[in-house]
Amino acid sequence: MAELPDDWEMVVGLEVHTELATSTKLFCGCSNAFGGEPNTNVCPVCLGLPGSLPVLNEKAVELAIRIGLALHCEIAPSVFARKNYFYPDQPKDYQISQYDKPLNGIGHLDLPDGTRVVVERAHMEEDTGKTTHLGGTGRIHGADESIVDYNRAGVPLVEIVSGPDIRSAEQARLYAAELRAILIATGASDGRMEEGSMRVDANVSVRRGPDAPFGTRCEIKNLNSLRSVQRAIDHEALRQVMLLEAGETVTQETRHWDEDAGRTQTLRSKEEAYDYRYFPEPDLVPLAPSDEQIDAIRASLPPMPAERRRTLLGLLGDSVTEAHADQISSVVDQDLDRFVTAAAAAGVGAPLALARVANELAGALGDGGELEEGTMVVLLEMEEAGEVSATQAKAVLADLVAAGGGDPRAVAKAKGFEQMDAGALDAVLDAVIAENADAWQRYVEGDDKLAGFFTGKVMAATKGQADGKAVNASLRQRRG
Amino acid sequence: MSEPAPLSADDVAKVAVLARLNLTDEEVERFTGQLASILGHAADLAALDLSTLKVTEHPLELSNVLRADEVRPSLDRAEVLSQAPAVADDRFLVPQIVGEEG
Repeated sequence: MAELPDDWEMVVGLEVHTELATSTKLFCGCSNAFGGEPNTNVCPVCLGLPGSLPVLNEKAVELAIRIGLALHCEIAPSVFARKNYFYPDQPKDYQISQYDKPLNGIGHLDLPDGTRVVVERAHMEEDTGKTTHLGGTGRIHGADESIVDYNRAGVPLVEIVSGPDIRSAEQARLYAAELRAILIATGASDGRMEEGSMRVDANVSVRRGPDAPFGTRCEIKNLNSLRSVQRAIDHEALRQVMLLEAGETVTQETRHWDEDAGRTQTLRSKEEAYDYRYFPEPDLVPLAPSDEQIDAIRASLPPMPAERRRTLLGLLGDSVTEAHADQISSVVDQDLDRFVTAAAAAGVGAPLALARVANELAGALGDGGELEEGTMVVLLEMEEAGEVSATQAKAVLADLVAAGGGDPRAVAKAKGFEQMDAGALDAVLDAVIAENADAWQRYVEGDDKLAGFFTGKVMAATKGQADGKAVNASLRQRRG
Repeated sequence: MSEPAPLSADDVAKVAVLARLNLTDEEVERFTGQLASILGHAADLAALDLSTLKVTEHPLELSNVLRADEVRPSLDRAEVLSQAPAVADDRFLVPQIVGEEG
């Protein structure tokens, strides 16, 4: 992690846009599905055709309130506003957003490191169309023409604006990661940064020490992963410090993060200041959720990631290591902790369940597929009871996830993973020892490293069917 | 309440740029007068004590007009694109833009 020189301190605020997991767009009945053929999910409303009128999506409102409540925001009567600008990503020449009366007012987000970041607001707005630049070098500034797909225009968004409370790139990454986990937990978003479901912009400035006034800030766009968030902020803060140390000034501007080059560069070269001339959207009436509605939504919220991490920590008891803590963060971030709690409730040891879910299950699900909690629990019980070895359990799991479920015992049997009985294992051991008499003698005399050698031989002879733990126990027993 | 600065020809020229209007000097001068008179009327209203009145967010006395989250058919793409001045790759073709790709 980069350190700023001397007494320099960075000041960072994040603006996070999240698409809402609705079936339709914010103001029309066009599908809100990612990845459709270009310009197939469009209608007079989202194309801004004359005479069309927007009507607000009730599901989008509910999801926006869920986000607000999860971030401890004040939910308030709100008004939609037109943000006016000429840019072809909005066919109307304005974007419907919220301005001075956002749905979700001031709130906060507590990070796993114990710090609190103020959430200034979390307002509703519509997404823009997707522009692609053609011609020239194919790069942004070299483009001659652009093409626009309006499938995304009008997709419901919530923009979550943090206060300027963040003081390191690492803390910014933590904030984005925790927010992402919360968005997934509320069911408001799938949190897929690579698909643009969650997009992060960072406002970065630097100053000399915590008591100095804020410096001039730059807004960094195109942060498409948590890693980009951290790298870009570190880079930008250092760039500003070097400018100021050289006696130059920071220009307030929007900069684009180039992940491959590892640097930011000026995005907007126009001098024209932002002047969006917001005014109340005359085609929409105010949105004022009732206390009853807000209470009902609050009651329906599931436990948030911080509480779920505490639950898993409780299951592990006093034996928590740093690796466990990482696994806990990882399974909660991926919404997989329900597998661990289900296994623990069935009596499976928490460390085993946590390890298999954080590593093998997360990996298998990442390749596509799904699994019910009960199926995972049965497989973990089989492994814990020694019915299958660790290696075999992983192979069974991969098959189960790929098939979307199934009976773990049937899969194990079909793969020939039936546990060897003790007699068969003894016979194999006899043969292996006879073939490697010298090695066996050294092992008996105390060369413990050879235990692995013999286990390997037994595994090879049984094609992995033997249980490693049983082999080890047998070896120790025979050595006396 | 303090008096806002009077509207200048520069203000009008700036608003014209934001609204993509090409105004002649003569038009800027004429509209500066007209806009100043409208803003003067707004200033008269702002001078009234309205602290006891409820803010009118919208001329209609309605709130929470919502629709169910149900997919309805979209338009036919060929029909949509037939209305565009220019098309490429099933998308609307527009002049070069300086700005972000998104």
